[in-house]
Amino acid sequence: MQPVFLITDIFVYAILLFVLWYIWHVRSDRNLRANWRLAMKRPVAMVSSMVLGFFLLVAFTDSIHYRKVLPSAPGQAIQYSSEANSVLDEILQPLATARERSYSEPLSAVAFRKETFERDGVSVRDYPRLRFGGKHLDQPELQLSADIYQRTAVALGWASCIVLGVLMLGLLLARYGSRQSLAIVASKFLHGQTEWPWRSMAITFTLMTLAICWVAFLSQGYHVFGTDRTGNSVLVFAMKSVRTALVIGGLTTLVVLPLALLLGVMAGYLRGWVDEVIQYVYTLLASIPDVLLIAASVLLLQVFIDKNQGIFETSLERADARLFFLCLILGITSFTGLCRLVRGETLKLRELEYIQSARAFGVSTPRVLWRHIIPNLMHLVLINTVMQFSSFVLAEAVLSYVGVGVDPKTASFGVMINTARAELAATPLVWWTLTTAFGFMFLIVLSANLLADAIRDAFDPRTRLRSASSATAPTQEVAA
Amino acid sequence: MLRFLTRKLAYGLAILVGINLLTFVLFFKVNTPDDMARMQLGGKRVTPDAIEKWKAERGYDRPLFFNEQEQGIAKLSNTLFMDSSLRMFAFDFGRADSGRDIASEIVRRAGPSLALALPTFVVGLGVSIVLALGLAFFRATYLDFWGTVLCVVFMSISSLFFIVMGQFMFSRVLQLMPVSGFAPGMDAWRFLVLPIAVGILSRLGGEVRFNRTLFMEEIGKDYVRTARSKGLSESRVLLVHVLRNALIPILSASVAVIPLLFMGSLITESFFAIPGLGSYLIEAIAGQDFAIVRAMVFMGSFLYILGLILTDISYTLADPRIRLQ
Repeated sequence: MQPVFLITDIFVYAILLFVLWYIWHVRSDRNLRANWRLAMKRPVAMVSSMVLGFFLLVAFTDSIHYRKVLPSAPGQAIQYSSEANSVLDEILQPLATARERSYSEPLSAVAFRKETFERDGVSVRDYPRLRFGGKHLDQPELQLSADIYQRTAVALGWASCIVLGVLMLGLLLARYGSRQSLAIVASKFLHGQTEWPWRSMAITFTLMTLAICWVAFLSQGYHVFGTDRTGNSVLVFAMKSVRTALVIGGLTTLVVLPLALLLGVMAGYLRGWVDEVIQYVYTLLASIPDVLLIAASVLLLQVFIDKNQGIFETSLERADARLFFLCLILGITSFTGLCRLVRGETLKLRELEYIQSARAFGVSTPRVLWRHIIPNLMHLVLINTVMQFSSFVLAEAVLSYVGVGVDPKTASFGVMINTARAELAATPLVWWTLTTAFGFMFLIVLSANLLADAIRDAFDPRTRLRSASSATAPTQEVAA
Repeated sequence: MLRFLTRKLAYGLAILVGINLLTFVLFFKVNTPDDMARMQLGGKRVTPDAIEKWKAERGYDRPLFFNEQEQGIAKLSNTLFMDSSLRMFAFDFGRADSGRDIASEIVRRAGPSLALALPTFVVGLGVSIVLALGLAFFRATYLDFWGTVLCVVFMSISSLFFIVMGQFMFSRVLQLMPVSGFAPGMDAWRFLVLPIAVGILSRLGGEVRFNRTLFMEEIGKDYVRTARSKGLSESRVLLVHVLRNALIPILSASVAVIPLLFMGSLITESFFAIPGLGSYLIEAIAGQDFAIVRAMVFMGSFLYILGLILTDISYTLADPRIRLQ
């Protein structure tokens, strides 16, 4: 195997390292730790970060790429496949290779449209059997539902075994950790009186395990989410799209952060002509409608890629470069909002006494910025980052629809929706592609939004004051 | 006031000049006319003669900034920059690469765009204010809590979903209105009802939540407590005192958006096949017609700057504390 590092892969690793570093940093900082505790003790935050965590895991396994060794005669030099594979590809291999001829409904054993074919030497017009879906059945019309029920039962059995095992383990650990009797620990857990929202986490874990087991078990005999026009499994496409969505959300944030922070702080702190220039630049960028600037840049990029076909070895690398540039452009068009916020906050901060005294002591400008200004801006940055994440994921779908999004060959929710759009006009209706795409996207964006809300409530001094009194009182009631 | 206005206008002009230079550099320097020609004529097997002919037809064969071959002022004026960029300030956009006049096309398409965008904006604003006020009235109850949750859920749904589902439900299942298209004159409403509803719905979650925060911020202020202690009813406090004060930021924020309504909405227009500016742009992008894209970039930033200036004026009008600097 030969590892392949795509541009976005490297950034995915970088983001991961950054997150690990941030967790380490939070642990060593008392204030930050308190804020994060406040945020994560809310059940909504915990639940949504578990869901997001699952998707992150999927995206990460899809970010480890390598080229397989091709079978070669002994004595020959080792040949590598020209296609790069990811670990996720390997996991989904059985489904990805189980291609049908065309559309097929979820959990179906026959094709979606009637065809004329030979059966027992006679030409008939009927729904042909699928190549993969339900091929183990002799008489699908009689056995199909029984088989699905049976597989569901097995899947649920496995899932409940896993869940019960994990629950028992958790309770035992809690019992020995807290030195209380098992009955007390269990009753606290069941009534949700624990310090952390363990009960909500357990429910989420149960539901996720059930869903994953069910899909995994049924996928061994069927296409759980059906197949698209070319007969590819919709499930595989959706799973592959998760990475694209998260890369767009994460990488764009990574572009926005340093740009907005650096320029905003410089403009706010240095004032004078620096401020004028930076303000001019971000007003300029903000004044071009986002879609237009992105469209213009992507068109130019397209020309560039067409001119320089030679740079990229595989089509995957070409598509990946486009994804990378899309993130870059999206970041450049959307850093202006945060930049303006940071500038305003810095203007306020620089007049405060502790900054004035730091300056009076002769602390150098970079040091004042790094030690005193930036740490006091981080709550703004964090809140804005998590809030923007989901808007980037949604933007990708729209941009791909306009035709200036990711490469059409890249798996993404936008591409999925775009190709599935025409199917709505067909009778009978092909509903599963769109439903799957919207469902996955909704799950990702909703959990990101909910997490963002919890983080904002915990970190924003204004809402933190208010949440103590009125605004989020029902939240605590529901939680209790 | 006059000095304030001239300052703002001068700044806006400076931004526009910047936009102009930026787009010019992007579209003529980074991406040369040769590339454009190759793209338009298609494929790699385009003869140099064909490219030259294409460029000459559109005047793209002239030098960028400085024409050596001309005399006097024409040295500067008969250049690509003068001809294709600077004259945009007079709203003279020239011809599209496909040959049609851009300015007249924009005028023709502004009507349908506005017919869609204006009602969406006005009705959407009204609905979101009413709903947000309702949530503020029932604050700290389950109604408020679940209403806010519903807002987050709405925010998490892709706008494409609303369009697709709207078209599917109302046009295909219920067959109440046409799927897409447009008719001039009064008949247009049949085509517009659905896109307008979809446009409102897809933005509702975010707007209601944002307006609710504004109301909640107002409710915490001292004058509200005074009004309550005076014995006013809760509805009177909200509708007269809070609403009027919270409307200042809401309406000032809206002023910035009004000029941009002319640009239409990209996605809705192209899904519903409404011949507005949004679908014009999509067609231009799909056809890689850079002349149109350039013109629209200029139009868009012009309207944005107009919105900025209007916002500044409305702020100073609404709140005398803001000094005219």
